[in-house]
Amino acid sequence: MGKRTVMPFGPQHPVLPEPIHLDLVLEDEIVKEAVPSIGFVHRGLEKLVEKKDFMEYVYVAERICGICSFMHGMGYCMAVEQVMGIEVPKRAVFLRTVWAELSRVHSHLLWMGLMADAIGFESLFMHSWRLREYVLDMFDMTTGGRVIFSACKIGGVRRDIDAEKMKRFLDALGKVEDGLHEIAGTFAADHSISHRLTGLGVLTKAEAEDLGALGPVARASGIGFDARTHGYAAYGDLKVNVQTEQSGDCMARASVRIRELYEAIRLIRLCAEIMPDGPTETKVTGNPNGESFARLEQPRGEVLYYVKGGGGKFLERMRCRTPTFANLPALLEMLKGAELADVPVLILTIDPCISCTER
Amino acid sequence: MKGAFVPGCGPDTARAKFMAYLPFLKPVIKSFFKKPATQSYPFAPMPKDDLVRGHVEIDAESCIFCGICARKCPTAAIATDKNEKSWTISRFACIVCSACCEACPKKCLFMKKELTPASEVKTVDVAIKNA
Repeated sequence: MGKRTVMPFGPQHPVLPEPIHLDLVLEDEIVKEAVPSIGFVHRGLEKLVEKKDFMEYVYVAERICGICSFMHGMGYCMAVEQVMGIEVPKRAVFLRTVWAELSRVHSHLLWMGLMADAIGFESLFMHSWRLREYVLDMFDMTTGGRVIFSACKIGGVRRDIDAEKMKRFLDALGKVEDGLHEIAGTFAADHSISHRLTGLGVLTKAEAEDLGALGPVARASGIGFDARTHGYAAYGDLKVNVQTEQSGDCMARASVRIRELYEAIRLIRLCAEIMPDGPTETKVTGNPNGESFARLEQPRGEVLYYVKGGGGKFLERMRCRTPTFANLPALLEMLKGAELADVPVLILTIDPCISCTER
Repeated sequence: MKGAFVPGCGPDTARAKFMAYLPFLKPVIKSFFKKPATQSYPFAPMPKDDLVRGHVEIDAESCIFCGICARKCPTAAIATDKNEKSWTISRFACIVCSACCEACPKKCLFMKKELTPASEVKTVDVAIKNA
């Protein structure tokens, strides 16, 4: 055994968008072990549920994460609606699905940019984020917010998309798809990207299952698990094609995300086509009494929401289990045996969202 | 090249290796002849949809100072005073969620699409009803 060195990585590091700390145990330049520590952006949002009215808490739930903010609000609303036995109007459910899928487009484009940045492909990074800007404009146009939408509420949604706006929305989506062809083609075929990602950080199917990996990380290892296939929101009416890859390396994870982008765009178009007319919200009376779970597929994997109400205005307990936390053990497994220079790429490949993880 | 999605683009041929550097060339060349993708805000106005939430404004003349907006505000940014007929908002605390506009019984609160200018000091905006 050679001499071992412990190198701190993060919480502040050029490649990390959010703070996570890893103690890398190195032998020469090979990572032998990685010890994570989190807790830099803990904000106590779960405790806050005892201080905020359950209707107001939607605004807090949306602020758990800045990238999948809509799905956090939606997950919380779904869990509370189940407790209270509220039937959400069909149109509201479809609108939620449209925004949830658009959030996926937003998140994956952001990830593509970050990944290109991590491997030093700056122009691809700029072009990915240029496309992401169109997506943010689409959110701005339909919900009134770029990142935090305040569009979801218990019992439905606050905003409706009328026919004229839907046409503009779909035109903008076409523009995003056109731009995506160029970027996705580059990701797929460029020599330097392929050289950097192929064969790196292989997670076998058995390892992914044992470590409880979720989302694109699990799907890239050949596990066809996607919470959308359970048919929550409008996914029961849409047929989601789960994108999987078999090789389990970084290239496979990139490829899964790119194919999910196209799938999300297809689902948004399908939603717009079959969306029924009608009201967008139902009136909510009473307070939640009971407990329930909601499971959603976020861009990074499955998120789980648990709420428990005691019949008062304030919930007794709210718990949210986020995908990044579930993917951390898989990340530590991937890091073993990797070179120090590949560590940033490997960390980005699980698309870490630390502010979700710590809440 | 394991994991490449381009058919016929094998890893070994010299041509394939050369072609693999090209996929991004098209967007790069196109970018030479295009206008910048960014807008020169604040020198040019930013096109905004009517729905966009920028800041809250009040028509104090039709306000009855019932205080429902203050109670509905998730961050307690709003305060109303019935005696002094004043409506106060802390722009730093406001999260621009438009809950107050939806709750207002007189519909005298409006969401404007322009953002409030950046500020270094925490100030409150006060609207007072005349007469």
